[in-house]
Amino acid sequence: MSASVDAITYIKSTFPSVTDRLSSDWPAVNVPTGELISVLKSLRDEQAFDLLSDVTAIDWAEGASPRFTVVYHLYSTTSHAAIRVATPCTGDDAAPTVPSVVPLWPGANWHEREAYDMFGITFEGHPDLRRILMWDGYPYHPLRKEFPLAGIETVLPDSAVAEETKAKVIAAPMMGGPFVASAGEMNLTDAEPRAKDESWSERSAKPGA
Amino acid sequence: MATDFAFPDSSAKAAGAEQEFAPEKMSLSMGPSHPATHGVLRLQMELDGEVLTKCDPVVGYLHRGDEKIAENMTYNQFVPYTDRLDYLAPLANNMAYAIAVERLVKLEVPARCQAIRVLTAEMARVSAHLMGLGAFGLDVGAWSVLVHSLNQREHLYKLFEELTGARFTTSYTRIGGVSRDIPDGWLSRVIAFCDQFEPALEETLSLLTRNKIFQDRTVGVGIISKADALGYGLTGPNLRASGVSLDLRKDKPYSGYEQYEFDVPVGSKGDCYDRYLCRGEEMRQAVRIIRQVAAKFPSGDWYAKDARKIFAPPKDKILTSMEELIQNFMIVTEGPQIPAGEAYFEAENPKGALGFFIVSKGGGVPWRMKIRSPSFCNLSILSKVCVGTMMSDVVTLLGSLDFVMGECDR
Repeated sequence: MSASVDAITYIKSTFPSVTDRLSSDWPAVNVPTGELISVLKSLRDEQAFDLLSDVTAIDWAEGASPRFTVVYHLYSTTSHAAIRVATPCTGDDAAPTVPSVVPLWPGANWHEREAYDMFGITFEGHPDLRRILMWDGYPYHPLRKEFPLAGIETVLPDSAVAEETKAKVIAAPMMGGPFVASAGEMNLTDAEPRAKDESWSERSAKPGA
Repeated sequence: MATDFAFPDSSAKAAGAEQEFAPEKMSLSMGPSHPATHGVLRLQMELDGEVLTKCDPVVGYLHRGDEKIAENMTYNQFVPYTDRLDYLAPLANNMAYAIAVERLVKLEVPARCQAIRVLTAEMARVSAHLMGLGAFGLDVGAWSVLVHSLNQREHLYKLFEELTGARFTTSYTRIGGVSRDIPDGWLSRVIAFCDQFEPALEETLSLLTRNKIFQDRTVGVGIISKADALGYGLTGPNLRASGVSLDLRKDKPYSGYEQYEFDVPVGSKGDCYDRYLCRGEEMRQAVRIIRQVAAKFPSGDWYAKDARKIFAPPKDKILTSMEELIQNFMIVTEGPQIPAGEAYFEAENPKGALGFFIVSKGGGVPWRMKIRSPSFCNLSILSKVCVGTMMSDVVTLLGSLDFVMGECDR
């Protein structure tokens, strides 16, 4: 681990705006969005973090500031050091923005597309920012906290099929389950798993059915 | 699916005599249901004759939203979902997930539990590589390899079933331990499997290693350079075949891997043949680890006994003691109590580094869980390596990358 401690000391002395980040395992730093590219570039070139393991985002729920944090996990195949770099997104909730790291690691391409798909985060400078897991034209970003677990009814991606079959992408039937638990320290009654969607049951019919 | 691929415009022919003989690019969609794509992968290709000029992998057909699901259930409830990531090696996924959560608690499971996990993960590695090998052989026209490897996998399934109660979807680990201790006499049956497997493996590999047809299809095909492999975040045998000696079991040992002796095979060229050789050698090394674990199998507890808010007590205690009953009730309803924090753990799985990034706000449910899937990263390089290869070599390349779409799409 000493190599990554060195990396932390190095990066904090080179970039005074970089601060420590709380972490349960890997050494971690917070980086302001403006300096992200230069910090990552210097970690890659000066500290030999040659493998970008992962890029992902965290949604801290509506009202949080910053609402979205983008997290990079770097690994060095020579010193076997590892470091986590986190940066807050700029911009409003509808269009959070961070710079793209595809010029540094081409492998970031798909990870950033996934974060865009799931959270709606725009990666500035990305060569091909389109959805990857959901289909093109899907209107929501499913990993945002306000998106319900059951999904939201939408039109089928292929308009010709939709017209012919009159079918839609429907929300998952949730009556009676799945029994969903909530995150965070809270009392037993609130934390106990329960059916989140009670919009229809044996007594009241499913909307639209 | 909006893509920038367009069928050649036939009206262009009228433009002039020269253009009539100018090569026309053909756009071809392979998959999502195609035997060579090993699941639901679609390749949107642009061909100049038989040579690819562009390749755009389209993934997401098996997207189930595992990360969203994880945010809505307790930590132990998510274990069955990890079976369905790389469904050829569920025991290895179970272990990676359990260790990731344990990193948040800073919980060290007892030596016996670690040994059980290493043993099952290596058995899962053998089983996953057998399937990868068989499917690869099938892709390039060798039927008998698949038959041999499925035969050996059947032996492994029987051992898995005896241990976990399920052949395929094992759901074996719990946070802080495993679901049950190994049965009596099971270790000797694992050794018996190894004894018959080693000669059988050599026989299976001998069908391919010096096979002229197989070599002609794979040597020098689909070369991935060291720089590309690192840049695209390849891990596992695919990265090692390109000459990077990265094996997390050696470089960042977890679950007691540092006690065992094994070699890490590294390729020199990074072609399809090297990737095949790496997997073959990894199976030999996995058997070597299995024998070492079995030889010095530790006695003692098989779950973290002191982690009272994490691991449910044994059933006989629950039914006879009030305190244990309450403990079990709390863990089942509220989930294992995990402190707030962030942890990222990568395990060396058969397909590469499977990572779990878990953000906890405390309590029994994760706030965010990201699954870093090796197959997803390994597939992202396709758009780069496919350009300039022959159409028929794409099938070889896909077989040699050995991906699982269940893990890629999550």
